[in-house]
Amino acid sequence: MSFLNSYIYYIGAFGLILIGLYIMLVKHNLIKVIVGLGILDTGVNLFLISVGYITKGTAPIFSKPGIDSQQMVDPVPQALVLTAIVIGVAVLALALSLAIRLYQHYRTLDLREIKEQRW
Amino acid sequence: MRKIVSILLLIIVAFGIIRALVEIPFGTLKTEVGRYYIEKGVEETGAVNIVTSVVVNYRAFDTLGEIVVLFIAAIGLGAVLRTGREKKTRDVQPASLILFTGCRFLFPFILILGIYIFIHGHLTPGGGFQGGAIIASGFLLIYLGCKERRISRVASHIAESLGGLVFLGIGLLGLVFGSYFLFNFLPMGTANTLFSAGVIPIIYIAIGFKVGSELAGILDNLIEES
Repeated sequence: MSFLNSYIYYIGAFGLILIGLYIMLVKHNLIKVIVGLGILDTGVNLFLISVGYITKGTAPIFSKPGIDSQQMVDPVPQALVLTAIVIGVAVLALALSLAIRLYQHYRTLDLREIKEQRW
Repeated sequence: MRKIVSILLLIIVAFGIIRALVEIPFGTLKTEVGRYYIEKGVEETGAVNIVTSVVVNYRAFDTLGEIVVLFIAAIGLGAVLRTGREKKTRDVQPASLILFTGCRFLFPFILILGIYIFIHGHLTPGGGFQGGAIIASGFLLIYLGCKERRISRVASHIAESLGGLVFLGIGLLGLVFGSYFLFNFLPMGTANTLFSAGVIPIIYIAIGFKVGSELAGILDNLIEES
């Protein structure tokens, strides 16, 4: 139980990363691949945040005097993830726009027919 | 065949990640620099929100890069989607009265919430990126509910360019008044008040405008041109 308590966020992030990778590798529908990319992105963000966590930690904000700075979580991964979320949204939007163009050209979203690959 | 190969590949990746994760203990502070930012952040930058002081002061150059990435993604989306061909007019069903009225009623409040969040970025959890995303969600609501309303592209481009130019201009002013790019040249003020932390609120307001107008432009492109 203590193992689960101490590693539950890692397991969750790790699971999301693997699910996203699996979707991107296996699925043929381009929209599903993009959804997999989004899930992978979420997993990486969750992993970075959970690396910076401190047990019973508080947000790194000195909102009122007398807050114990020893209990504050690491601000560096939070700052990284903060921008990574917005960048992730922009990248997803770019990928979706490419999917729209591909659909208008090929009239299908199936990657096997778009790339004409066989494996 | 493809599934088996993928699952084998995933098992290899999973093994590697597990081996790495076991070495990282959960719930302890790992970086020296994080501790330094927490100890010295308030007196060096004047912002009580340490995440903000990292994003906009210590690593402001990084943030400038991230904004450029966002900008390039928005440009790429526009370049891919806008072909200049004649669009087929789709017959659009008007939204119901409840949705229409709800959108028009909620939109100013969503804008105010977004602006509040990016103005108070150095005091409360929040900042330019989050506030900009909230503003863009307000525009998404307008696009879903009131289909005949459109944001003016000129106004969105002006807001976007102004945001970027203000960020760059403040960075260059830091070079003039101080010693390096993005130097915090304004007075710190007393911590935990609205007018404190020097250039941080100004930069975050610029980021808020830029992110908000850029995400709204992305939504506009995706809805209009597809």
